Amino acid sequence: MTTVKTGPKSAGGSIDAPENGASEDTAEMAKLRAEVEDWRRRYSKAELRDIAFTNSAREVQPLYTPLDAAETGADALPAPGSYPYTRGIHPTGYRGRLWTMRQFAGFGSARDTNARYKFLLAQGQTGLSVAFDFPTLMGYDSDHARSEGEVGKCGVAISSMADMETLFDGIPLDQVSTSMTINGPAVILYCFYIAAAEKHGIDSTKLRGTIQNDILKEYMAQHAWCFPIEPALRLIVDCFEWSATHAPQWNTISISGYHIREAGATAAQELAFTLADGFTYVERGIARGLDVDSFAPRLSFFWDIHNDFFEEISKLRAARRIWARHMKERYGAKDPRSWMMRFHSQTAGVTLTAQQPMNNIVRVAYQAMAAVLGGTQSLHTNSMDETLALPTEESVQVALRTQQILAYESGVPNVIDPLGGSYYVEALTTQLENEAESLFKQIEEIGGVVRGLETGWLQRKINESAARQQWEIEQHRRVIVGVNEFVTDEPELKIELLKIGDTEQHQREGLAKLRAERDGDLVKKRLVELSAAAKTTENLIPHILDCARAYCTLYEIRAAMEEVFGAYREPVFF
Amino acid sequence: MRPVRVLVAKPGLDGHDRGAKVVAAALRDAGMEVIYTGLHQTPEMIATAAVQEDVDVIGLSILSGAHMTLIPRVQDLLREQGRDDVLITGGGIIPKEDMEALTARGIGRLFGPGTPTSELVGYIKGWFAEREKQEA
Repeated sequence: MTTVKTGPKSAGGSIDAPENGASEDTAEMAKLRAEVEDWRRRYSKAELRDIAFTNSAREVQPLYTPLDAAETGADALPAPGSYPYTRGIHPTGYRGRLWTMRQFAGFGSARDTNARYKFLLAQGQTGLSVAFDFPTLMGYDSDHARSEGEVGKCGVAISSMADMETLFDGIPLDQVSTSMTINGPAVILYCFYIAAAEKHGIDSTKLRGTIQNDILKEYMAQHAWCFPIEPALRLIVDCFEWSATHAPQWNTISISGYHIREAGATAAQELAFTLADGFTYVERGIARGLDVDSFAPRLSFFWDIHNDFFEEISKLRAARRIWARHMKERYGAKDPRSWMMRFHSQTAGVTLTAQQPMNNIVRVAYQAMAAVLGGTQSLHTNSMDETLALPTEESVQVALRTQQILAYESGVPNVIDPLGGSYYVEALTTQLENEAESLFKQIEEIGGVVRGLETGWLQRKINESAARQQWEIEQHRRVIVGVNEFVTDEPELKIELLKIGDTEQHQREGLAKLRAERDGDLVKKRLVELSAAAKTTENLIPHILDCARAYCTLYEIRAAMEEVFGAYREPVFF
Repeated sequence: MRPVRVLVAKPGLDGHDRGAKVVAAALRDAGMEVIYTGLHQTPEMIATAAVQEDVDVIGLSILSGAHMTLIPRVQDLLREQGRDDVLITGGGIIPKEDMEALTARGIGRLFGPGTPTSELVGYIKGWFAEREKQEA
């Protein structure tokens, strides 16, 4: 292609005024400009469909040409594996290694979920990903009054290290990588996992996996929290600090745009708010006195892959470039691993429809392809029945097969960043980067992410986007196949739904037994020690780990810290 | 006719509030008086708020699968306080047979994903007009 270097940071769309000035215009450029102007004249006279063309609050041009493709110079688009990694973090792309196919799963008791994991591993899945139930996500034991009716319902119930041992029974923890979607009480579940591995003689330095541990997006969008913002951030930095030496292969956080997007954010907002959260964690680590290169290589990310195919691909490319530039230039990181954004992706749950659920298979396939074209390190594909219930084994298998077809039949992973150099994708990548930079400035003006959460500024931005999208759907400005167009009166396709047995009773009995059999004095001692340490600035991970080893329960450990930290109170508005 | 008073509530530990907030805003835009509870409410907190605020309608939003425990609990608590005149409606990820079971015990309509907000507005306004007519 013809590369046109228009200088960094210039948005696409500047058809009329070349930034380099007319004097540099070559004959070839003049010809191109004339052609584009001629096309634009013809285009503007033609009749067009009346519909929103993008999922974001941005207009896209009907055509992109070399005149729009900014940032195609060597600074922004070096080879894959080179800073700022727009084209990917690995020089080999997917030719070295495919992405990890990691289906998020969990329901019922630890034993039920253990069976699902063994099924998924037997089907060729290459990593595990734990979905916890709501009580666990909030730090409540299965026998706590607040847990009633919710135990094992939309994830697995884990109330102590004993449950964690059952969850991974027969699965060698030094050979799998495990991702755990847990935030408010993340460090507690992390310690249950480490302690369970220890019992099998596996040292924490051998463990590979991820805890989500991203509390800022919980306050912003997902809403499973325990403590107020400041102590919650302290626990996260404790985790960075402790893991740097004790669990160097573990991703200490998965800074997540997924939930922000699902709550209503646009692609640009997802990009900006998530990266702003990431910068906040980096700043807190540096403020603790940690060397940025001691913890930044273990920060990972998690993106939502929505419907707008090229926007999603561009978002992932922009995310890598922004992170690299900020880590190097703003935070002074020297280790290239600190500059590299590694991320997990999941297809967008919010795009699934309860109407004509088989159509979801197609939506997921397109989204999965966008994730791969954007260079994801691991991927979860949603199942067709997830707007109705947790997925059945059959529908999860279709979702996993979607990834396998993409990996082995489509040819998509054969070439690294195959859309690199596309006029549209490059222009959109730059435009998303510019939009994110402009949102970073706004966040800075309102006093940063923490202040933005306290005042509700960030939550309101997301709500406004959600309301606008709903309006667009109801006004038929945005078509949802099977929901507001192409609606059928036929009875909905019968698909069998997953039924979850009575986990609550089972868990209650298990916890009663655990409480009777463990060393009660040791439990008390460990909890008192944890509370005492919480009052100091000491790193709390070793204390929580001691609690886990003594079979203190999730809620007991939460309560021991809550005594000192207090609980989070949500600012309520709509 | 006076405006309908609606309590939009999030029972249980479920943090998914996109739907509840979109619905609350849509009902307000349709001229109703809307109170939103915020997240993580117990059935007791919801019933108490409903009585104190003297609402006509409670809209419960549940995406966690706990609907068969939490919705009947709110209904029982309202009955205990002599307020079974309050319409309990709602929505979320609720399988059809559970919806039918809840409707059979006197819960109002429950709406699934993809429902236009105009449908909820129409349902609540229709129910309210009917009740006002009976009381007149």
